[in-house]
Amino acid sequence: MSQPSLVTRDLTVRFGGHVAVDHVSCAFTPGELTAIVGPNGAGKTTYFNLISGQIRASEGRVELMGQDITRLAPSARTEAGLGRAFQLTNLFPRLTVLENVRLVVQARERRGFNLWTMAMGHRDLIAEAEAVLERVRLTAQRDQTVSALSHGDQRKLEVAAMIALKPRVFMFDEPTAGMSVEEAPVILDLIAGIKADPAATVLLVEHKMDVIRSLADRIIVLHNGALVADGPPAEVMASAVVQEAYLGKELTDV
Amino acid sequence: MMRILSGDSPKSALLAVLLVAILLSLAFAPFLFPGSRSLETAARICIFIVLVASYDLLLGYGGIVSFAHTMFFGMGAYGLAIATDRIGTSYGALILGALAGTAVAGVVALLTALLSLRVRAIFFAMITLAIASAVAVLVSQLSGFTGGEDGMNIRIPRELTPAFRLFDAEVLGQRINGKVVNYYLVFAGSLILFLTMLRIVNSPFGRVLLAIRENAFRAEAIGYRVVYYRALATCLSAMIAALAGALFAIWLRYVGPATTLGMEIMMDILLIVVIGGMGTMYGAVVGTTIFVLAQNYLKSLMGGLSEATAGLPLIPDLLNPDRWLLWLGVLFILSVYFFPTGIVGRLRGTR
Ligand SMILES: Nc1ncnc2c1ncn2[C@@H]1O[C@H](COP(=O)(O)OP(=O)(O)OP(=O)(O)O)[C@@H](O)[C@H]1O
Ligand SMILES: [Mg+2]
Repeated sequence: MSQPSLVTRDLTVRFGGHVAVDHVSCAFTPGELTAIVGPNGAGKTTYFNLISGQIRASEGRVELMGQDITRLAPSARTEAGLGRAFQLTNLFPRLTVLENVRLVVQARERRGFNLWTMAMGHRDLIAEAEAVLERVRLTAQRDQTVSALSHGDQRKLEVAAMIALKPRVFMFDEPTAGMSVEEAPVILDLIAGIKADPAATVLLVEHKMDVIRSLADRIIVLHNGALVADGPPAEVMASAVVQEAYLGKELTDV
Repeated sequence: MMRILSGDSPKSALLAVLLVAILLSLAFAPFLFPGSRSLETAARICIFIVLVASYDLLLGYGGIVSFAHTMFFGMGAYGLAIATDRIGTSYGALILGALAGTAVAGVVALLTALLSLRVRAIFFAMITLAIASAVAVLVSQLSGFTGGEDGMNIRIPRELTPAFRLFDAEVLGQRINGKVVNYYLVFAGSLILFLTMLRIVNSPFGRVLLAIRENAFRAEAIGYRVVYYRALATCLSAMIAALAGALFAIWLRYVGPATTLGMEIMMDILLIVVIGGMGTMYGAVVGTTIFVLAQNYLKSLMGGLSEATAGLPLIPDLLNPDRWLLWLGVLFILSVYFFPTGIVGRLRGTR
């Protein structure tokens, strides 16, 4: 059993009196894909925001590769090896598809403070960005601006950015949300490809049962901000607390 | 060629022609447009191109609104004036003064940025407004040091003044006096500063600025520390503005609150950036040229037209030179309405 790459300890955030994430303690290990499920408003996205730093924790800690990152800015957490894809598409809408990926590679290589060379002269960054586009099959859209892409292609581009970032921990927040039935499998194949790397830790927020069944090694369930179940998929799905909190209502086979 | 332009081609034939025309006109201004008034206009265009472009670096690339840009411009000018006042007239004093003013501008910009950009970009705009007003008051109060409202006359080396003759022979029918030498100092300085900025905006750093302007949240999430990038952009922009201010001081041989620190100049800069096209650099060139020409010649043009139409009803009155500001306003509204992406955006065919 390898060491956990990401650990949260009593991670908590309150908005006014409302506890959106309530003392969640959980460890995630490389080579494992954990599905995070729970009804709407359960706190899944907020839990992600606490881990990647968009929201500051009221209480508790986040550790990445043994290092306490609770107080770091989001960019510093990304540098430390965290990769986050967002539930609502979040890209650079007026830049091209290639530039969106190239910027990620440039960030990872820490060349952003280079003032005196031409960006287009860094051929290696461009070549790598192109290779990633090839992998997600967006090569044909290379020079289009993102705002001109279909919703499905924009979601693909978000996954492409994650691949380009090469993080230790991948966090996907409903990556197939709003996608057509034909488009979704492409994304899922890409995530399966990421999961195939034994060094990658993957967290996946997902509502679709068939997706969870085919990809997840483990499920954790959030309900009203608290962690209410954690275990292998079959076990969690069968448990009474989950049936009551969640499965009976929303987690249905499509 | 593309190396000099840092790979940033004009991407429009008409724009390329315009830029070349402006460059050649400025390069040969003393010979093409003899007379002290036109040389005055040409020098002002050179300096304002740099000033406006440095503001574009901040606003158009960094997405940061600042009202302190003229303050940094003034720091360069005052730095030079104070240095020559204290040390005496020498090239060393000019350089030292320019560098000192630039250093102060850089430090003030960095501190302002680090303290306020952390909070929110709009907060930065308000802080800059406050600091710029405070500095303007300070400059007029500390009259022993800055000359107060009257400003300071600057004694520059004789080789840069009209009294100096470079040689006796005429070149293309022109005496090469110190004023022409001074003009070429301004021209060369401006050209170097502009090309430097073109280089910066096309560097990996420039790309990050564009990314931050587009979506700061995303830029932070993929690993760019947004505050630091914005702070560096603010700092660079302020330092280049200060250098432009130093050139302006050498050219005018005078510095005063109205010529460098005034809010009117700040408004002009904002107008020109918008008219020229934000985030393009070349917009500063085209916009400044049109704006300064309009500012200088619209009045006389209108005077002429007003007389020519003297027999007609209403029209001569509308064309009265006193109404020039009104027409400039109309021009501005029309240009923003018809070219929301500025002249350069329009020429490049982007919406
Ligand atoms: N910044 C915020 N300020 C106040 N309340 C917030 C904030 N962010 C989230 N919340 C609240 O926290 C709760 C959890 O929201 P969250 O978005 O994490 O749910 P979720 O599990 O991701 O839901 P969904 O399945 O709909 O995406 C909600 O009640 C939400 O209104
Ligand atoms: Mg959510």
